[in-house]
Amino acid sequence: MTGLNKSTHSMELKEKLLSSFMVMEQDVDLAAPVHDLRTESLKTFEQLGFPTKKEEAWKYTSLAKLLKKDYSVFPKKETTLELKDVKKYFLYEIDSYKVVFIDGVYSPFLSDTTHDGIDVCLLSAALDKPKYKAVIDKYFNQVAKKDDSLTALNTSFAREGAYIYIPKSVVAEKPIQIIHFSTGEQGDFMLQPRSLVVAEENAQVQIIERHQSLSAHAVLTNAVTEIFAEQNAIIDYYKIQNDRDDASLVDNTYISQQRDSNVKVHTFSFGGQLTRNNLNFYQEGEHIDSTMKGITIIEDQQHVDHYTLVNHAQPNCESHQDYKGIYAGKAVGVFNGKIYVDQIAQKTNAFQQNNNILLDDKATINTKPQLEIFADDVKCSHGCTIGQLDEDALFYLRSRGIPKKEAKGLLTYAFANNVLESVAIPALKTRINKLIANKLGVDLGHDL
Amino acid sequence: MAYTEEELKKELETKEYEYGFYTDIESDTFPVGLNEDIIRAISKRKEEPEWMTEWRLQAFAAWKEMEEPEWANVHYEKPDFQAISYYSAPKKKDKYNSLDEVDPELLETFNKLGISIDEQKKLAGVAVDIVMDSVSVATTFRDTLAEKGIIFCSISEAIKEHPELVRKYIGSVIPPKDNFYAALNSAVFSDGSFCYIPKGVRCPMELSTYFRINQAGTGQFERTLVIADEGSYVSYLEGCTAPSRDENQLHAACVELIALDDAEIKYSTVQNWFPGDKEGKGGVFNFVTKRGICHTNAKISWTQVETGSAVTWKYPSCVLKGDNSIGEFYSIAVTNNFQQADTGTKMVHLGKNTRSTIISKGISAGKSQNSYRGLVQVNPRATNARNFSQCDSLLMGNDCGAHTFPYIEARNNSAQIEHEATTSKIGEDQIFYCNQRGIDTEKAIALIVNGFSKEVLNKLPMEFAVEAQKLLEISLEGSVG
Repeated sequence: MTGLNKSTHSMELKEKLLSSFMVMEQDVDLAAPVHDLRTESLKTFEQLGFPTKKEEAWKYTSLAKLLKKDYSVFPKKETTLELKDVKKYFLYEIDSYKVVFIDGVYSPFLSDTTHDGIDVCLLSAALDKPKYKAVIDKYFNQVAKKDDSLTALNTSFAREGAYIYIPKSVVAEKPIQIIHFSTGEQGDFMLQPRSLVVAEENAQVQIIERHQSLSAHAVLTNAVTEIFAEQNAIIDYYKIQNDRDDASLVDNTYISQQRDSNVKVHTFSFGGQLTRNNLNFYQEGEHIDSTMKGITIIEDQQHVDHYTLVNHAQPNCESHQDYKGIYAGKAVGVFNGKIYVDQIAQKTNAFQQNNNILLDDKATINTKPQLEIFADDVKCSHGCTIGQLDEDALFYLRSRGIPKKEAKGLLTYAFANNVLESVAIPALKTRINKLIANKLGVDLGHDL
Repeated sequence: MAYTEEELKKELETKEYEYGFYTDIESDTFPVGLNEDIIRAISKRKEEPEWMTEWRLQAFAAWKEMEEPEWANVHYEKPDFQAISYYSAPKKKDKYNSLDEVDPELLETFNKLGISIDEQKKLAGVAVDIVMDSVSVATTFRDTLAEKGIIFCSISEAIKEHPELVRKYIGSVIPPKDNFYAALNSAVFSDGSFCYIPKGVRCPMELSTYFRINQAGTGQFERTLVIADEGSYVSYLEGCTAPSRDENQLHAACVELIALDDAEIKYSTVQNWFPGDKEGKGGVFNFVTKRGICHTNAKISWTQVETGSAVTWKYPSCVLKGDNSIGEFYSIAVTNNFQQADTGTKMVHLGKNTRSTIISKGISAGKSQNSYRGLVQVNPRATNARNFSQCDSLLMGNDCGAHTFPYIEARNNSAQIEHEATTSKIGEDQIFYCNQRGIDTEKAIALIVNGFSKEVLNKLPMEFAVEAQKLLEISLEGSVG
């Protein structure tokens, strides 16, 4: 893949990253086993380079423009933020644990971590301290794809991010918020957070994740999150993507599930210049339930790409996917959902739904729902629609005195709304509702 | 139960490919290999004009620069293009004047295939053009058709007799450089069918082409060109078989359909090339490019029943160029044993108010892999485009696979697109229901499969529907999961 066809700029970013690695090496423990992993991953990235549109998985999403920027890779100086300035980005209505990073650096001032019963802390600490060695050895980089270039790139720079460990039969009593701020103090900046979430047998946890840029500087985030759900564990994961127009995100999430576990991932994409969500579920036991839902509402030149995989490797499992997309302006939406059913995964129930509305004539949607099935006793289906708002419904509302704009907003709001039903944190549901209403210019008439 | 599962399995395995005979006809076969000389020789043998030879050579030059595509979900050993003979024709002295002069062996072949070329076929009302190995050997009903101004002949004849039509339209839908196999076909095609329906004429009978690969070590590269002039209608059938051989044979055809304003073309295929034996040995590689273009208010409908071939790679497509044009695709693909099929369609919406329908039914049994791959593309100027797609897969047994790769690209906000796909197996309760009413398992399966494929079978012309139904039964006998 080392390409003649690649622009010199992306070569430059690649070169820069490769040389930055040596800078980082002066700063970390070279004897740690995780460092071997980093070196290995860097080789993989060096070999593969950044993905291009020539690769099937990136057919509809090009990183070329983003890679032309001259990003700094390490923060030049430490920055602090006042809580009052950033409070609105938190879900402040409820009590929660918080792991907050400013330009990739942990902010003890804004965070609220714990080691009481559960571990909500930093990956850097977990990688260094012998106390966590067993967990790191067992889980770190175990489900993340080894041969994916961007994941490998993240692994080679893996140092900081959230570390969440819920021991056996413990229910985390409040949700955990992970927030990554970028301040613009570093100029154009590339961030590579790496998080690890482990829920042991019967454990339960709710996590909300957000990336937020605070200035007009370009930000490119290449995040990797590994999530492990052991037997009977329940994990609820919410991703809020409502960033500024100069921020881009490649989010790689890998989830490994053991028997009877239940993992839900909700992705709300309302902002950002380019967002690519690589969401991968690997089912490794029986009777697993996997849910992925998403609402995408974008406009202008925004681009959101959902690339999901559910790997049904064991019998009697279920998966549910429901993605709604609303595209205005010149926005481009991509949905690529793949359901893979292994030969032994009999009695699999896999459902996939992708509905899209194009509001303006310059908006584009590319969708590719994909089924690969090797077992015969399965129920698998996918449905996909692209359409407009129902003219009759619109007429009905207008005939009752609701102005066109609002009527449209209401109908669009209703279209997206059913994805919200499975959001288990009421405060979050209200917040998302407001975000959607705001985005669509709907006055719901009452405070939600 | 009349059968036990074991018995059924055994019967399936021993079931032989019905059309696997080989006819010993003296034939005129070119030496293996491919180079400019071979192409010139083919062109010369066909007594083609200079422009045609040039056209072939340009395609060949383009082909040399191309690489064999690998994106399809099929695995096979790539053919050695220098080990194939690119021209093989039943040896003939002169043109036949009547059927009496045709080699009796050849007639026997067609009898075995269940095709009578004699005028008795009039009862069935089908005009047949038969292509054996690479050469068109017989065309029936020419006079009847000629009365209406319909031209139905082999393409090499058309090149000689109607060069203005051929020159205008050949390569206009599938450019010679379109893809690897289309380029190869453009360079070496030896024969095929040509059909022209004049303005406002409704073709009074089904037109039919029958393809057969006979010689060993040859590839078949036929080219079909169907032109329906303004306001005309034609229904076209295509069938194919090949002898059972241990080696893989290559079939790389191109079919181009042109439906001018208000015209309608219905193109039906029953593809039954030799699928290889139960070990997966032998069989035909079927790499086909089929595409039609619809002008204003025109309609093209593809119907295909795919039961043969070791490897199929085929996407009959519609370019909906004119406003209000309609594209349809109805397909049943059955794979058994070690067959692999990657098939589907492309609907490219360019004009306003264009509509397309895709109904695809995949049935996989044995150790086969069956993929649907389709593209629905709505371009910015195609306002009010409408598409409905449905891809259903039926799995029989636990060693096979069913896959769907639908690509949907909408660049116009007035587009309405629906896509749905399901995968399932034949329910034990369904079989049980039939059994307790005295229908044995095998018949029950045939019944259920028939029901599953009914939407597509209904679209076939009568004569074909019966044949297709039988083919489905034969291909799936004993594959009880």
